[in-house]
Amino acid sequence: MAVKDYLRERFFPHMWCPGCGHGMVLNGMLQGIEKLGMSKNEIVMVSGIGCSARISGYVDFHTLHTIHGRALAFATGVKMSLPELNLIVPMGDGDALAIGGNHFIHAARRNIDITAIVMNNRIYGMTGGQFSPLSGPGIRATTAPFTNIDYSFDVVELAKAAGATFVARTTSYHVQQIADLIKKAILHEGFSVVEILSQCPTYFGRKNKAGDAVDMVRWFKNNTTSIGSKAKQENPDLIERGIFLQTERPEYCNEYDKIVETAMGGQR
Amino acid sequence: MSENKKFVQGNEACIEGALYAGLDFYAGYPITPSTEIAEILSYRLPRIGGKFIQMEDEIASLCAIIGASLTGRKAMTATSGPGFSLMQEALGYAVMAEIPCVIVDVQRGGPSTGIPTHGSQGDINQARWGTHGDHAIIAMTASTHQDVFAVTVEAFNLAETYRTPVILLFDEVVGHMRERLVIPEPGVIPLVDRLRTSVKKGVDYHPYLPREDGRLPMSDFGGVHRYNVTGLFHDMWGFPSAEPRVVHGLLHHLVDKLENRTNLLARYKEYYLEDAEHLLVSYGSAARSARHVVEKRRLRGEKLGLLELQTLWPFPDTIVREKCAGAKSVIVVEQNMGQIFREVKLAVDEPQKVFLANRIDGVFITPVDIMNIFRIIQGKGV
Repeated sequence: MAVKDYLRERFFPHMWCPGCGHGMVLNGMLQGIEKLGMSKNEIVMVSGIGCSARISGYVDFHTLHTIHGRALAFATGVKMSLPELNLIVPMGDGDALAIGGNHFIHAARRNIDITAIVMNNRIYGMTGGQFSPLSGPGIRATTAPFTNIDYSFDVVELAKAAGATFVARTTSYHVQQIADLIKKAILHEGFSVVEILSQCPTYFGRKNKAGDAVDMVRWFKNNTTSIGSKAKQENPDLIERGIFLQTERPEYCNEYDKIVETAMGGQR
Repeated sequence: MSENKKFVQGNEACIEGALYAGLDFYAGYPITPSTEIAEILSYRLPRIGGKFIQMEDEIASLCAIIGASLTGRKAMTATSGPGFSLMQEALGYAVMAEIPCVIVDVQRGGPSTGIPTHGSQGDINQARWGTHGDHAIIAMTASTHQDVFAVTVEAFNLAETYRTPVILLFDEVVGHMRERLVIPEPGVIPLVDRLRTSVKKGVDYHPYLPREDGRLPMSDFGGVHRYNVTGLFHDMWGFPSAEPRVVHGLLHHLVDKLENRTNLLARYKEYYLEDAEHLLVSYGSAARSARHVVEKRRLRGEKLGLLELQTLWPFPDTIVREKCAGAKSVIVVEQNMGQIFREVKLAVDEPQKVFLANRIDGVFITPVDIMNIFRIIQGKGV
């Protein structure tokens, strides 16, 4: 199946701004899913609210566009009910880690087999450019006119500490790596987190004089490197890309199946 | 003792009703005085192959049951006031996306943390208007364990019939009191199963295109029809739309599907109404004391009657008006500052003859309380 076959053309044109990184994430994600060769009926995409959340409408899966921050809670209900389905939950930085932070850490703690994708553009785009918990200090936003004093989460460290069993990061520039990481994240049995740095030229770019979309994507190219690379040793400021953690731990739905077996006294 | 007879708490009667109705998914968060529902279902559900999950909060609990319902399950959560407050946004989502589910609120005193271990009926208006935006909702209650069982079954049936969340407004008194419950044999109370689409695989399925009778057949997530569900105003495909015609049409559909069926949705019980000169209107635990008053006073030849409401929303205003028409006085007995009293005043022809008999101090309203208020209304003093 071609990537195009995963799109709902009826839903286009999409609502993202020119130069937005989210379309590049969509491209990489569908390339990754295509390689899995799954039936579209086996995939459920659940999203919350924000620019990133609109991605679910554009794909031809079972799609659930929910409320702000709660996508993982809805996804937990779907997955727990029908564990054979593959759950993909794309979220923005505010969606996943401000209003949705509690659901994020608890889904990770349970190690429920859901793939969380954090499309991190370090800004609230849909509401017009407010700082997010991933903006970091020194950033300008419509609610940080004198620069932001809030420190940011490190998505990778947070996900690892909370109990996720697959944790990876890449950027919108590295589309092939997006495809590869999302494919591996979906295949991983347990809670997987893929952080994808994405550009918002409209708000983050303009507020912070980061240039246009091309400049911002070039920044991702020049300021990131593979995990443990020589470049990282020479320049510790580089942001690492790749798989930070891939480990085994009992998956929540499998464990619940054992509870059912015990409760039914082996009568199943 | 036959297997189908039990001596249980009201919370357990609710569980028995839910399981009778086919409950197979529960998500919840502990909160007094509803916690027994979660505790017992964590044991009962896996024994029948169902699912139980304790979520991180009440917000997540309602979200999870909405997700489960979309896969075809009969899903429920239970909570009390503070948790019910947290559920309001997801409740609006279930209304907008038309997801069948049941939300139990075992009421305690509020606002805020209030008085967790004491009864109240303070969440009646929150059930109606707690979530933002115009909408309609079904909310039901009951005063005896047999009726708690019956309205719980009914809640699941109505949720499926109208593709709507249904709220069960029990309270601490009924929830924790023990009394006899007779569980009917399977099949005695008819059950409404999920109406699933007959559209075949490969043929366009419109998840939000009502049939001629107004019902919307569903297709389980994970099945052969892939469609979009959203809390935004949406067209027949489930795709977001800001088209004025679509927005207007959908809001009317959401409200009219219930408000136009107010009489059909009304469940109530009447005691001695035919010749009642003084009519008590009550519901939930308060109706137990109201009924006691009516029965005792009838023994003395006093013409009191009781209209016990089980459907609170949509408020059965036509029925209340008709039942109250001949009464000299109408006394609304409830454990709040007049939430249903206000509805009754709006419904009747002579609002000046409607009085409130209430108690709001966390103590269950007694027959003596009601009689004292009745004497004051009659100008007889206490």
